[in-house]
Amino acid sequence: MPRRDDLKTILVIGSGPIVIGQACEFDYSGTQACRVLREEGYRVVLANSNPATIMTDPATADQTYVEPLDTDVLTAIIEKERPDALLPTLGGQTALNLTMELVELGVLERYGVEVIGARPDAISTAEDRDRFKAAMEEIGLEVPQSGFAHSLSEAEEIAQEIGYPIMVRPSFILGGKGTGIAQDAEHFTQLAVEGLAASPVGQILVEKSIAGWKEYELEVMRDAADNCVVVCSIENFDPMGVHTGDSITVAPAQTLSDVEYQAMRDDAFACLRRVGVETGGSNVQFAVDPATGRRVIIEMNPRVSRSSALASKATGFPIAKIAARLAVGYLLDEIPNDITRATPASFEPTIDYVVTKIPRWAFEKLPGADGVLGTRMQSVGEVMAIGRTFCESLQKALRSLEQGRAGLNADPSETDLDAYDDDALLDKVAVATPDRIFELEAALRRGTSVEVIVQRTGIDPWFIRQVERITAERARIEAAPTLDKAGYLKAKRLGFSDAQLAYLRGSTEAEVRADRLRLGVRATFKTVDTCAAEFEAFTPYHYATYEEEDEIRPSERDRVIILGSGPNRIGQGIEFDYCCVHASMTLRDAGYETVMINCNPETVSTDYDTSDRLYFEPLTSEDVANVLDAEMAAGGRVVGIIVSLGGQTPLKLAGTLPPELVLGTSPASIDLAEDRERWNALCETLGIPQPPGGTATTTAEALSIAGRVGYPVLLRPSYVLGGRAMEIVYDDEAVRRVMHTLSTGVLAREGGVTAERPVLVDRFLEDAVEVDVDAVRDSAGEILIAGIMEHVEEAGVHSGDSACALPPQSLSTEVLAALELHTRALAEHLNVCGLINVQFAVKDGQVYVLEANPRASRTVPFVAKATGVPLAMVASRVMVGQTLVELRAEGLLPPDAVGHVQTLDHVSVKEAVLPFDRFPGVDTLLGPEMRSTGEVMGVDVTFGLAFAKSQMAAGTRLPDSGTVFMSLADRDKPAGLEVARTFVSLGFAMAATLGTAGYLRANGITVDTLVAKVGEEGVASDAVDLIAQGKVQLVINTPRGLGPRADGQHIRMASITYHVPCLTTLAAARAAAGGMAESRAHPLVVRSLQELHAAVGHTAP
Amino acid sequence: MSTDDRQPALLVTADGTVFAGEAAGAPIPIATGELVFNTAMSGYQEVISDPSYAGQVVAFTSTHIGNYGTNADDDEATAPHCLGVVVRDLTVTPSNWRSAEGVEAFLVRHGIPALTGVDTRRLTRYLRQAGAVPCAFGTAPEAELRAAAAAAIGTDGLDLVSGVTRSASATYGDGPLRIVAFDFGVKSTMIRQLAALGTVTVVPARTSASDVLALEPDGVFLSNGPGDPAALPGPTGTIADLIGSVPIFGICLGHQLLATALGGSTFKLPFGHHGANHPVQRLSTGVVEITSQNHNYAVTPDSIPDAEITHRNLNDGVIEGFRSLKAAAFSVQYHPEAAPGPHDARYLFDEFRNLIGPPAATGSR
Ligand SMILES: Nc1ncnc2c1ncn2[C@@H]1O[C@H](COP(=O)(O)OP(=O)(O)O)[C@@H](O)[C@H]1O
Ligand SMILES: Nc1ncnc2c1ncn2[C@@H]1O[C@H](COP(=O)(O)OP(=O)(O)O)[C@@H](O)[C@H]1O
Ligand SMILES: [Mg+2]
Ligand SMILES: [Mg+2]
Repeated sequence: MPRRDDLKTILVIGSGPIVIGQACEFDYSGTQACRVLREEGYRVVLANSNPATIMTDPATADQTYVEPLDTDVLTAIIEKERPDALLPTLGGQTALNLTMELVELGVLERYGVEVIGARPDAISTAEDRDRFKAAMEEIGLEVPQSGFAHSLSEAEEIAQEIGYPIMVRPSFILGGKGTGIAQDAEHFTQLAVEGLAASPVGQILVEKSIAGWKEYELEVMRDAADNCVVVCSIENFDPMGVHTGDSITVAPAQTLSDVEYQAMRDDAFACLRRVGVETGGSNVQFAVDPATGRRVIIEMNPRVSRSSALASKATGFPIAKIAARLAVGYLLDEIPNDITRATPASFEPTIDYVVTKIPRWAFEKLPGADGVLGTRMQSVGEVMAIGRTFCESLQKALRSLEQGRAGLNADPSETDLDAYDDDALLDKVAVATPDRIFELEAALRRGTSVEVIVQRTGIDPWFIRQVERITAERARIEAAPTLDKAGYLKAKRLGFSDAQLAYLRGSTEAEVRADRLRLGVRATFKTVDTCAAEFEAFTPYHYATYEEEDEIRPSERDRVIILGSGPNRIGQGIEFDYCCVHASMTLRDAGYETVMINCNPETVSTDYDTSDRLYFEPLTSEDVANVLDAEMAAGGRVVGIIVSLGGQTPLKLAGTLPPELVLGTSPASIDLAEDRERWNALCETLGIPQPPGGTATTTAEALSIAGRVGYPVLLRPSYVLGGRAMEIVYDDEAVRRVMHTLSTGVLAREGGVTAERPVLVDRFLEDAVEVDVDAVRDSAGEILIAGIMEHVEEAGVHSGDSACALPPQSLSTEVLAALELHTRALAEHLNVCGLINVQFAVKDGQVYVLEANPRASRTVPFVAKATGVPLAMVASRVMVGQTLVELRAEGLLPPDAVGHVQTLDHVSVKEAVLPFDRFPGVDTLLGPEMRSTGEVMGVDVTFGLAFAKSQMAAGTRLPDSGTVFMSLADRDKPAGLEVARTFVSLGFAMAATLGTAGYLRANGITVDTLVAKVGEEGVASDAVDLIAQGKVQLVINTPRGLGPRADGQHIRMASITYHVPCLTTLAAARAAAGGMAESRAHPLVVRSLQELHAAVGHTAP
Repeated sequence: MSTDDRQPALLVTADGTVFAGEAAGAPIPIATGELVFNTAMSGYQEVISDPSYAGQVVAFTSTHIGNYGTNADDDEATAPHCLGVVVRDLTVTPSNWRSAEGVEAFLVRHGIPALTGVDTRRLTRYLRQAGAVPCAFGTAPEAELRAAAAAAIGTDGLDLVSGVTRSASATYGDGPLRIVAFDFGVKSTMIRQLAALGTVTVVPARTSASDVLALEPDGVFLSNGPGDPAALPGPTGTIADLIGSVPIFGICLGHQLLATALGGSTFKLPFGHHGANHPVQRLSTGVVEITSQNHNYAVTPDSIPDAEITHRNLNDGVIEGFRSLKAAAFSVQYHPEAAPGPHDARYLFDEFRNLIGPPAATGSR
């Protein structure tokens, strides 16, 4: 069947902000899909609220709506664009759920929009666990014994007959949200209640727990002619009970005989056919009883998923790309495999290496979270590593995580486990946590038997024996008098890094490297080709290993190497991948061959056709040096390496690279900006005010500085991103506490406080307005101010966690002038070549500089979307020597983008998206340590409307009516009054805690409900009860006074639990009130980026 | 024994290319055979025990071999016939509820030498260029291995079938339908699939047409087997005599022999098809089957008179199946019985059943 010609315009729904369980893998899939559909000549309309994506580049779709993912908004877009079809399978659970809502609302029918990829009926059969279970039983597939409940009593009945342990799972959820395993009735009741609340349809599956069984995933595809293929089988290292998204997973499956594998394959296809996925990719999950081989089906996702992204990267088979083609009518055998070119897509990839994925968690940023892994996904990112053996890929993956580990132990951090005796260690091994794999190896090293570990963990013995090989090899390495060629090779082939060898041999990484190179032990690069070398591969997608043959093709072209940003983590996410991808795109346009190094399988940067060459490798000095050697040997010229677009990851490596190869701002200037002493000096000479402060390497020093500048002070380690471990403290006691934590444990490992990396102690500016400025400077010295962003929340809330507006809304022309002046002066004197981001705090008209980063910042994509200036592309060209003048001439930079980019006809608001709903124990109060996982953008003609959109996009649906509950810090009360007035005028009833109520009443505001704080008895209704009973539609709670900012936590927690929007700063409350007032007055209007940019006279590539 | 301390060994091909590895399996200083690769990611036991590998040394592209051990049920023959096994990483201690014996113990028990730790990807890329070549491997000095490799013979022109076929016939299954199956190196799974249709009498490769007909078969099955079909004039003649008098179904070597018996010819592929992921299109429906394959020879295009091509390989266009327009006979080059591999093509056994027709209709004899 050829391409469908009856379709002209196709609407693609993206997955929105990065949240736990739904990360940038959907940018990768969505981008592929949009590109393919356009190649096929369709007009693509895209809706996605996430500005940090490649998908929302104006060039990716014909019309790009960076608007809230909400049925009203989508209806408006459909009304305006009149698409013929809607492709819902590439935007994760978000797109699927929205599509189902649009179907139920009759919107698609009304506008004659056909759902392609997966029919609504198929979607509900797969996603509604009730229908799914029935469907599977109908075709004879076994599912765990279970029943469905819509109420607690129903749930308890079912629990009775099934018996414990019991798994609770809400319908229509993502990332295992609201799921859990109960060992007893009490825990069960709690889970059931939470689950019923978590499910959008108030339904839960009460299921027999089969925790401990082996868990598998098959990534399958089906076309309209009923051709089915398995793209990849994935086996979970962590057994059932740990969410696949939180499990170490391995491809291909390792412990299934062909008999078992083929039976599972048959089941997967039967499932696909029964559910009725006509075309596209699906993910089918199975559990296998290790004792009997009994197999049950867990779930299927009728869409591309996190696992399909992993499968695509693991095999080289681009699932999303092909799914998109299938959706418009092609058959698998009509689509060529662009890696072999010779063979069609209707085959099953076979791989001759082992892929290991390891999640990355952020528990250190979420005090209160217990850090135990279970059926709810908690990781914020992942790494993937490719090796010829499992051992090699496991160790490569572990060092890819960038958590100061050189591999599977055999590094300084391993001594942390010395503190535990054998029993204590084994008890730790029994509990799934991010550190379990290290504890497991340590236990083996202490002589614990494989059998015991199997029995305590349920992990398959095969995997544990592989770990045992690493342990055995370690002993051999330690024992060897010297390492000869064979010795090095054996170690390398089991994935040992030079750093590990240095640790074990008591030498240095440099010595090890020199020694093995002298013996001729060097990395060889193999190719990912979908066919285990049976056919010639044309796509240069490589990984390093230690073998006899190297497959890197020579090239005579000039090459630029781009270092990626590694695993997504809080503080360093998709924004940086966006920048790296833009560098690759624009440098290819400029005639360079681009070489990408990264280890994050979710990203666009690791798509094999984003760059001319892709090295799927850890971002460590050793692995990067290997690639550099290979590229140098490949001929042509390596023009340089870009280190300033991938966040801190590549910056940390800059020092290990040949200085002459580092493109853009010199490592020296980068250090200058990070080295507090010299930075202060610079600001002095330039006469730029800073918050008074100093640097300390000891507690004593810290205390004396605090004494000098006066409390409150802000403590933070240098060289961190995302305000890691940053704290506002109000007394000496707190200073001591912070200094202690910085010099011990994880933080010390990350370079918390050392002589080279002192702690910064600054006066904390209260109630200051924070401003971000992004600018670019070329080698000729011309500076372009690309964007000035005024934060909504006050300084003290991390820039990454606060909403911000572009252009600024309340800053005076004097302040704006000062900001621009200071930014220029800094860029000038840091001799910046490329991007610079400067953060300021404005207090009482006085502008203070907080920090400057001569590198890509988190806000670069937002600025690009808001202004139409492709900032990352411009910076990349500048780094290879082009001037802004030349770029204007070329048309990459709009002709009027001189001095300061102006966008006065619309306002863009960036809002952060926080992960609190997944971590019930964690306080939602915002502070200087960043905790958001993603961001959204709202655009409209006024700040109020744009802010309202940004809230909607972030999932904080501001109510239209009902009761607003206020509990304010004293210093916020005057300002709160005005906010309260707005709400009253909008017809809201007011509730308030005693103090706040008193103040409001005294100022003539009727407070309908008096609310008691904990402890205050009798007088009034309890805050938590009110929220729980749904008597409150909006909570505004700002922390009390200057004390430790945890006050009112129970209120904030309750709002999270019961999904009541909760604003924790008055600034946000004010913006919200304003926004609500305005949205009442104006009808919803949607505008595409292309329209916006055209209006500003910019049409960005 | 730990996987990671073994005796160094080498593999040398006829043209003198050397690959380093470590000795595993049965301890033999020098093993020789025709080197081929297999890209299946599971099913090593079925591959090793497949009689079609007689005369060959099989190299697995999949990294870890032996993970789930071996067990009697998965054997495709009472004993393996391949001459050696080459892998990247051999698992000593298996993990699987079905496992009865580790793959290394299995190899030792059957006297099959192996080489582990080999850059099997380099080996595959080499074979992709050089084609299936004779080789020698083992712990012997390089010079001796070179000599042995140079002297080693391939499979061209060799009758390897007589080495693997059974000496006496045996009967499997029951039921009214009578099927006679030629054992050119038949796989157990094929017999199992046929036994599901009726009573199967498996006969030695050299059984004459008259002896076969004496068994009053409702259908005759031509099995898979090793080596060069051109080297088997005997069986080819027998099949020619049977064509027309009884419905025939052939697989792999059986397919090549049927083609030859019908007047067609065969040729040797550069490096053959050895894997479980080959897309084959069923021309009547256009549906694509993912198939299990293991052959170095193929039927020459347009060489068979009065035949309709029914299946084609989508990777390289090789003829994967045909049916005679004159007689009730059809065959496929690939392995519908799978083992190892996908079950997509099992319907072909039903087609054989349908070709034969209801027992009543055939009861006349
Ligand atoms: N019956 C069960 N017993 C034990 N663990 C289970 C059971 N069902 C699911 N799980 C675990 O919970 C995780 C999440 O369940 P799943 O249905 O896949 O939800 P999601 O839609 O979030 O992927 C699975 O990866 C598995 O590890
Ligand atoms: N002296 C200060 N007074 C008030 N707030 C500050 C001060 N210094 C930093 N901050 C707040 O801390 C946040 C994080 O500091 P910053 O240096 O930007 O860390 P990062 O390098 O992670 O971006 C800033 O966004 C700002 O809100
Ligand atoms: Mg799911
Ligand atoms: Mg799942």
